[in-house]
Amino acid sequence: MIGDGAHVEFIAWAYAGVAVLTLGLIGYVVWDLSRVKARLAALDKAGIRRRSERDAQ
Amino acid sequence: MSVTPDTKPALKPLKQPNWFSRLAHPGQFLVWSRYLIWPLAIISAVLFAVGLWFSFFNSPDDYQMGDMVRVMYVHVPNAWLSQFVYALMAASALGTLVWRHPLADVANKAAAPLGAVFTALALYTGALWGRPTWGTFWEWDGRMTSTLVLLLIYLGIIALWRAFDDQLKAGRIIAIVTLVGALNIPVIKFSVDWWNTLHQPASVFTASGPRMPMSLLTPLLIMTLAFTALFGLLQVVRMRTEILRRRADSLSRQAALQGGGA
Amino acid sequence: MSAFLAVIGRELRLAVRAGGEALTLVLFFVMVGVIVPFAIGPDRPQLMRLSTGIVWIAAFLSMLLGLDRLFRADDEDGSLLLFTTSALPLEAIVAAKLIAHWLVTALPLLLATPILALLLSMTMEQWTKTLLALLCGTPALTGFGAIGAAVTVGLRRGGLIAPVLILPLAIPVMIFGVGSADPLAGNGATLFLIALSLVVAVFAPFAAALALRSASE
Repeated sequence: MIGDGAHVEFIAWAYAGVAVLTLGLIGYVVWDLSRVKARLAALDKAGIRRRSERDAQ
Repeated sequence: MSVTPDTKPALKPLKQPNWFSRLAHPGQFLVWSRYLIWPLAIISAVLFAVGLWFSFFNSPDDYQMGDMVRVMYVHVPNAWLSQFVYALMAASALGTLVWRHPLADVANKAAAPLGAVFTALALYTGALWGRPTWGTFWEWDGRMTSTLVLLLIYLGIIALWRAFDDQLKAGRIIAIVTLVGALNIPVIKFSVDWWNTLHQPASVFTASGPRMPMSLLTPLLIMTLAFTALFGLLQVVRMRTEILRRRADSLSRQAALQGGGA
Repeated sequence: MSAFLAVIGRELRLAVRAGGEALTLVLFFVMVGVIVPFAIGPDRPQLMRLSTGIVWIAAFLSMLLGLDRLFRADDEDGSLLLFTTSALPLEAIVAAKLIAHWLVTALPLLLATPILALLLSMTMEQWTKTLLALLCGTPALTGFGAIGAAVTVGLRRGGLIAPVLILPLAIPVMIFGVGSADPLAGNGATLFLIALSLVVAVFAPFAAALALRSASE
């Protein structure tokens, strides 16, 4: 269990900071991916796609 | 040269490249790396759940550090990753320069911000650990100082990636910077240690640290694996993002060319 | 060998005729030393204690300031392209340019140190030690600077990025440079500084040439 509680605020700050930055990083990575996917989708909608994928249509 | 226009020689069947080259092809990478994402996500989620349970509810107080051992469970994994990620970037830099591996500079670009965040977290948790244990947030001691310099190197590499328009050229040039940094890091570590002993003959704490009992090691190991799995997951996703981004860039270029020509 | 010397001669002539770059750098170097007492107060013992560090910071900043012109002008007027196809290997040309660059940017700083020594009330011993340390350490700074300049030569905004890239790498030069004037440190720091300069001076032309080739590819 949580021990003597002498430094609880330091532990809380440490875990909170790690959580915020790590989740922020995950959020950024996901946002970046979705942004690029949206760009590709917009290009695809405009009929611009790679040669390999153009033939399949 | 007896090839006449009407008797074109049949295309020779392409020699099948070995499995390593096939893994390396960006298109192939997009195919097979898809199957890594969910397993890695699940593994890191489970490891984080178990590790956090251990570190909050099942961790004994160290007789020296008391409750503060809990900070160690997030500090050490980030400190490990800060160096591991740079080692990975240096390896990919070799891949770029020596083998012109098409995925290597993608890996370098993907890893740099991740490494910077882990290094920043290592410094942040280190400062919070230091305050109650040594009475100061920041100590100009060898390890903390060289980690700070490592963060600066990461940030420089990120700034350089952002400054280049031509990403292929950027890959080779940044690989050189990454390698120069990798060769320099031991020198920096050594010089900072030397400087530190010059100015602080009586060290505040010993670098070796106390011997760790098994009960502390278990949560530490699990958290380290959890963070490493998370890094692996983010690295794969970012590499896929980067490949797709380059594909989108070249498609937009083609579209602009055709639009201009028509 | 004569081609090597010709490149050095060309660089020196360019530096002299292009007018005042070296002089401006020396002016900047002295000015940093003049600014610092305004920031920390005119207390002579304190200035004396900090003087070695101040001179090194001034030298660092001046070297960074002079770095951008190392390859940029050659890139703009096309000489760099000629260099990459010349009979002399690019590494040798870069090495020649580094020697010339050191002569134009670092040597004047060394000659200007007596001014700073007077202003910062250095002792004779401090000044000679700092001068020796600068002599041993500036080749390493030039070497790191060359890598930074080569890496950013193709960038329009490279002027700001090169210092940011090489400052962390050059920290050991600063540590051993200031350390070699420290009476506690003994001879070790100077020897480390010389070792660092030799290694960097050998290594930098290759890294810089590789970067220049990649940039012009």
